[in-house]
Amino acid sequence: MPTTFVLNGKPTTLDVDPTMPLLWALRESAGLTGTKFGCGMALCGACTVQLDGRAIRSCVTPIATVAGKQVTTIEGLQSAPGKAVQAAWIKLQVPQCGYCQSGQIMSATALLENNAAPTDADIDGAMSGNICRCATYGRIRAAIHDAAQAIKS
Amino acid sequence: MSSPNQIDDPLDATTPSTRRAFLKAAGTTTAIALTIGFEWAGSARRAIATPAAPAAFAPNAFVRIGSDNSVTVISKHLEMGQGSYTGIATVLSDELDADWSLVRVESAPADAKRYANLAFGTMQGTGGSSAMANSWMQLRQAGARARAMLLSAAAAQWHVPAGQLSVRDSIIYHPDGKTQASFGSLVARAASLPVPEQVALKDAKNFKLIGRGQSPRVDVPAKCDGTAQFTLDFSLPGMLVALIRRSPRFGGKVKSFDASAATAIPGVVKVIEVPNGIAVVASGFWAAKQGREALKVEWDDSNAETRSSEAIMAEYRQLAEKPAASARKDGDAAKAMAGAARTISASYEFPYLAHAPMEPLDAVVKLTASSCEIWAGDQFQTVDQANAAHTAALDPQQVSIHTLYAGGSFGRRANAGSDYIVEAVSVAKAYGADGTPIKLQWTREDDIHGGLYRPMYFHKLEAGLNTSNELVGWRNVIVGQSILAGTPMAAMIQNGIDATSVEGAATIAYDIPNIDVELATTKTGVPVLWWRVVGSSHTTFAVEAFIDEVAHAAGQDPYEFRRKLLAKEPRMKAVLELAADKAGWSSGPMAKGKGRGIAVGEAFKTFVAQVAEVSVDESGQVRVDRVVCAVDCGTPINPDVITAQMEGGIGFGLGAVLYGAITLKDGHVEQDNFNSYRVLRLNEMPKVEVYIVPSTEAPTGVGEPGVAPLGPAVANAIFAATGKRIHVLPFPKTEAT
Repeated sequence: MPTTFVLNGKPTTLDVDPTMPLLWALRESAGLTGTKFGCGMALCGACTVQLDGRAIRSCVTPIATVAGKQVTTIEGLQSAPGKAVQAAWIKLQVPQCGYCQSGQIMSATALLENNAAPTDADIDGAMSGNICRCATYGRIRAAIHDAAQAIKS
Repeated sequence: MSSPNQIDDPLDATTPSTRRAFLKAAGTTTAIALTIGFEWAGSARRAIATPAAPAAFAPNAFVRIGSDNSVTVISKHLEMGQGSYTGIATVLSDELDADWSLVRVESAPADAKRYANLAFGTMQGTGGSSAMANSWMQLRQAGARARAMLLSAAAAQWHVPAGQLSVRDSIIYHPDGKTQASFGSLVARAASLPVPEQVALKDAKNFKLIGRGQSPRVDVPAKCDGTAQFTLDFSLPGMLVALIRRSPRFGGKVKSFDASAATAIPGVVKVIEVPNGIAVVASGFWAAKQGREALKVEWDDSNAETRSSEAIMAEYRQLAEKPAASARKDGDAAKAMAGAARTISASYEFPYLAHAPMEPLDAVVKLTASSCEIWAGDQFQTVDQANAAHTAALDPQQVSIHTLYAGGSFGRRANAGSDYIVEAVSVAKAYGADGTPIKLQWTREDDIHGGLYRPMYFHKLEAGLNTSNELVGWRNVIVGQSILAGTPMAAMIQNGIDATSVEGAATIAYDIPNIDVELATTKTGVPVLWWRVVGSSHTTFAVEAFIDEVAHAAGQDPYEFRRKLLAKEPRMKAVLELAADKAGWSSGPMAKGKGRGIAVGEAFKTFVAQVAEVSVDESGQVRVDRVVCAVDCGTPINPDVITAQMEGGIGFGLGAVLYGAITLKDGHVEQDNFNSYRVLRLNEMPKVEVYIVPSTEAPTGVGEPGVAPLGPAVANAIFAATGKRIHVLPFPKTEAT
């Protein structure tokens, strides 16, 4: 059964098993591979995308549940906070292996879109669901603060 | 056959160490066992080392300069997060005087003839924190020779002596101060010139990139916009996806299976038996996963490991009381202990640990009757090539490997059996070897259940103090599995000693007159492997936690006690002093509920000391607030990459000591995913400060050594805060969660 939704600003219809997680529909049907598979159980955040502006775990989100909604992936990141996050990530040289970073950037963007000046506690709350085995956490925190400053100025 | 322009005299700038010598010999052994050392017929496909190509100048296997001024550095090492691509490009580009903004990196094909890891001998692969150490002189030579040829080309064009020309940022300047030529404009002429035999390398004071912080990571932009390509992201037209149902116990075999429900799942193409289980091949991941869940398999556990990890550890405790193989014997430790005024003893227990890289293992294979093409975050090209060839009944020359970015590894992708590569080839073979591209995908549960863990270890330690509270005797009995046993590298086990089991313990740097280190090597059905920092992941904990206990028993400050024992180890002493100084060690005890702990270690010839500061609340919950780290890795190539590797090593090590444990119950792994195999999360990351010792020594690695001292520094800090010692890892749940 086809599912129709707005993917990175474009109306999109994907004819896949409606129970298929959004992650695999994005990757294997829409060809958007920036969103990663890490755990399949919403435990690591590597698959984070935005659904109507909220950060969600696409690995446990059946595609049928996004019908009619707006999905934004790393490939479609256009908002000012999103661009500021990516710039801060490069400036502070956050990634190591880089595999989790699409998810980290999507979570950080959702945080800044809803909270222009997050505290360390806010960052803990928004980002502790995103695992990075390279432990780039210190730089993720610093880059979120840096991006918040950049948006403000 | 080597190409005429190949550099045949790569210098290995590293100093000998037990580990390196062992790996070098191990590489040789593997080469014999696995028949490598050929010129791979397909290597020209990538158009490297083909100086005659008109649009590019490729003076050697490591660099290609295009008429468009692009500088492509060919990396023989996997980029798995440790910054190898950037380090390799930095070293070569500095000697070349290339414009960093024009430099890009591509991975080398599997070709041990040109791309061997010089620390491994004749084998291509990445590991042992050796990428920069073994490449250092080789890449400087490669860059310098390319530069010399471009200079000669300009000199010939302008009819001026090459010695009067200067180079900056990929542009060669005429002595007239006006005329200039870009590298790109000279490639055709340079390609026609002979490769100079001797070139002068830069004096360190003239480095423009090495140690200067002017070469940001080459992989970062693509890792911030989703375009970096991992194996997970790689696909070919018509590619199928395979998942394998493996035995729930190590060593179990398929007795029978019923695929009828699996094949009924839409998208499932084939269900086939492979040596390691039952593969479900489907149009995509979701169908393959549903198909795998629908499989019915009966297992034959007659040769399976059915013990519990606790039962195995109970055996280890008993083995520690028996005589074992000697890994080091200085003086007479038994006599020293007998004559000591006081003896101290303790034991430390270390669990199995999974690597759990963020990208679950995966590989794409395209197999035909005469060729096998592999795409993977490949860490052990020569071994993987040989194992793939063996599996497919082909010659290694018929196996090509495209190395992609790896989403972490921590050692997991480098294993003697090439487990995930062999599985992928096995599936393609069982599918019919008809050229259909197949991606083998592991899930997180496959990864956590999949074995090749850091081995479980038991350490028993005893120390003797004389009446002046001087350390006169040290005895360390180590019990655990060998990483090398049962692999082609087993020949490196000498006199019962696998160096990877005892490094960091047998190489203890403290000046103690009587030292006895023994190893009892065990066998279990649980497959084991090196895990970031290998032996030092447990030995440094045991040594550094115990020396802290000994210092306490001697009534001395744990930093000063170590410092005195390192008088003959200037580099280790220097990092210890630097970390203590920067952490404010001399400021005295911390407030109630807080503590500071110190530890130092050497791994792969890199020296690291760390001071951890912890807070322990009334419920016993531990928080690591700050870690101060000092590192001496010889000439620092990319200071920010070194800093990042120390930060990452600290976070990786902290997650392991707080939570890391793979446990078995009746042979079944009790953990499944990141809920039960906990790793560090952002809210638990301490503030980290990294200080790099200035040095002109040859560079050594930074990917692993930062992990080793973290655990004991934190354990020692917990003691300072609470008076409680930690002897069983991971830290007790009551204190750590």
